[in-house]
Amino acid sequence: MRKLAVSRWFGGAVLALLLTGCDAPREQVTVHERSAVPDNLSQWHVVEAIDGKLSLNARVVPYDLNTALFTDYAHKLRTVWMPEGSSARYGEADFDYPVGTIISKTFYYPLGENGTVVRTDDYSGDFAGSGLDLSKVKLIETRLLVKRIDGWQALPYVWNDAQTDAVLEIAGDAKRLQLVNANGSAEAFTYVVPDSNQCAGCHADNHAQKAVRPIGPRARHLNKVFDYRDSGVQDGAQNQLLFWQQVGYLTGMPDLADVPRNVAYEDTSASLEERARSYLDINCGHCHNPSGPADTSGLMLYVAERDRRKLGVCKPPVAAGTGSGDRLFAIVPGSPDDSILNFRVESTDPGAMMPELGRSLAHEEGAELLKEWVASLPGNCS
Amino acid sequence: MKSSAKFGALLLAVLATACSQKEEAGTADSAGSADAAAFQKQLLKQLIQAQPGDVIEIPEGRYTLNRSLSLNVDGVTIRGAGMDKTILSFKDQIQGAEGLLVNASDFTIEDLAIEDTIGDALKVNEGKNIIIRDIRVEWTNGPATENGAYGIYPVQTENTLVEGTVAIGASDAGIYVGQSRNVIVRNNRAEFNVAGIEIENTIGADVYDNVATNNTGGILVFNMPNLPQPGHSTRVYNNKVFKNNYENFGHEGTPVAAVPAGSGVVINSNDFVEIFNNEISDNDTANVIVSSYFAAGYYSDKSTQENFDPYPEGIYIYDNTFTGGGKSPDDLELKALKIAKFGLTGSLPDVLWDGAVDQAKMVDGKLPENLKLCIQNEGVGIINVDLQGGYKNITTDISKHSCSLKKLPQVVLDFDNKQEKPQEEQHAINEVTDA
Repeated sequence: MRKLAVSRWFGGAVLALLLTGCDAPREQVTVHERSAVPDNLSQWHVVEAIDGKLSLNARVVPYDLNTALFTDYAHKLRTVWMPEGSSARYGEADFDYPVGTIISKTFYYPLGENGTVVRTDDYSGDFAGSGLDLSKVKLIETRLLVKRIDGWQALPYVWNDAQTDAVLEIAGDAKRLQLVNANGSAEAFTYVVPDSNQCAGCHADNHAQKAVRPIGPRARHLNKVFDYRDSGVQDGAQNQLLFWQQVGYLTGMPDLADVPRNVAYEDTSASLEERARSYLDINCGHCHNPSGPADTSGLMLYVAERDRRKLGVCKPPVAAGTGSGDRLFAIVPGSPDDSILNFRVESTDPGAMMPELGRSLAHEEGAELLKEWVASLPGNCS
Repeated sequence: MKSSAKFGALLLAVLATACSQKEEAGTADSAGSADAAAFQKQLLKQLIQAQPGDVIEIPEGRYTLNRSLSLNVDGVTIRGAGMDKTILSFKDQIQGAEGLLVNASDFTIEDLAIEDTIGDALKVNEGKNIIIRDIRVEWTNGPATENGAYGIYPVQTENTLVEGTVAIGASDAGIYVGQSRNVIVRNNRAEFNVAGIEIENTIGADVYDNVATNNTGGILVFNMPNLPQPGHSTRVYNNKVFKNNYENFGHEGTPVAAVPAGSGVVINSNDFVEIFNNEISDNDTANVIVSSYFAAGYYSDKSTQENFDPYPEGIYIYDNTFTGGGKSPDDLELKALKIAKFGLTGSLPDVLWDGAVDQAKMVDGKLPENLKLCIQNEGVGIINVDLQGGYKNITTDISKHSCSLKKLPQVVLDFDNKQEKPQEEQHAINEVTDA
């Protein structure tokens, strides 16, 4: 039954496209060579603006993460596509994705009035059947990660104002936006599209090897239920990893019960500790791990760290500079207001804030969670 | 050929609105923000698309950038027309924790200035064979706590040469070499930083022919806890370290914030350090400070990894010229001590030692010879403030330090014999400039 449902989904996506009135059937996803990447996102045929929708091509699978990286309250539509007949091999830390895999992440905001964008955690208004409703969202950028024989290639595409296509901007971009909060007040900020090198700043979590890798689509982040209906899938909600298995995108997976899982940081049924650690893992762990660019600091924030001092408890800074915020330790248990970690996630000064890239605003909900967590930690540093 | 083609493209992009190339140089600033944006984009693209062996030349001019630059490709040289001619100004920076962030080996940067970055000016994070030469990093508003932390900041590098540079105004260290191996820092000038030159958790560093003045601390050799690599074996020689009396403007909590103003050469928790043939003068707290991590006030079992060695051991001070210094220590207790021991117009001796020694390493009540603080310096005095004993037995007995240590080997960098630009390369540069 499930198999049938899935094939109906893929069929459905194609059908939906055929019904939109295209003269010719939609072109298939195209893997361009590393040395000949197109200037336009549309030429990949992964996600395209077609008839008022950001439309996913057949076999382009949307996915979500338990806890995601914060990027200035942008919403993100993530997809994965693998060449016919190929699949990723399960690994607890990393999946081994097949050559030709294209992972896409589209950053967008729900549209407000007069060109403003809206700050909300509600995604439900964004979708229209098998894609994003372009009358309701503003697309900013779509980043592609393309798996080559010699590793991943990172490609930032920036959407044009007409929202018809996105153009390759390896040097990145900056956009001034007005973000409307729940209380109606608007806040101006600059959304910065990173350049290709900066992609590696986060995605090369082994700094010496410099190899770019996907951060989100890993077992512990993907292990959650996804509502496929929003994307045009007929059979509704299902665990993403099981779904990947069924559509042939994942092999070698152990029993789901044995797959690690980060919690959703906002899920208050999980423990405060788990929520905070999941948040730190996805937002900080790609640099703050023993082989990451931030290993120079001795501060380890990836999910597997068990040493309290390496995690920051009573750990003096090494080269934090302005980022110390005139505080003595990364974490002072019980005292978020004395903890450097809290200072840095709350700061918006580019010389002090953490993460260094990917945001111009502070993430209030994340900062609040870390405050609660540090406040809950027992002990003291004296 | 590749480099001249790139150079041409850059010039074209930057100076598209000007009419003759001779006039173009140096006009980027006045040519308006559109040109600044074009330059930034072009430079970012060059750095992203660089191939090993490329030379990215930046002509004379002042260029305004608002986002940080990064380089991830090995074997690239970035070259300006001189540290006062090619200026990358980050005054309007909106993004990035550095001016230029490099994660690459066989990297050379020379002959340009990086000004007013919001964070660090130049950070090289992991890489081998790094040459940082004749560049200037500066916060042009002068020393201020809001300034970026580090000027020149190679960390976790191997075979690194920092020479002929100028670093001014860093709120932490002007030149900071961290967690590295095999390093030469020479012929540099560090002024108005909290720490002028700092060598931290580094194995094998020669620091010579530098000038460090007007900093809070002139030249620092530190070991910090909780890092993968403890440092040792640094030679500090032939430097001029004078009047490092600038008030400490570091951020509280950072290690340098504990450095008293008026510190000449400071060794903290590091082992096997030689200080010789330097001219060290008029540093108001002390010309030389040797201290343990305890003295920084941050030490606790909770804050420090178990195997961290907080004691400076095997320190050898000889043949330096000391003048002045110690007249006005930046510490109330030291001030009181100075007055009590040496009178209102007197001064602390040239070497200030916290006296902390590792009791666990004592043999028959004595520290083994190779771990001692040895001083062979005519006319020099020492004060041991007896930190471990609660400042009860403060002594000025120099005789205990009348010993010598085995001298450290010279640091050798394989690429160092090529430090003079070869004739051939000179021609190539001229060709490009004339093109």
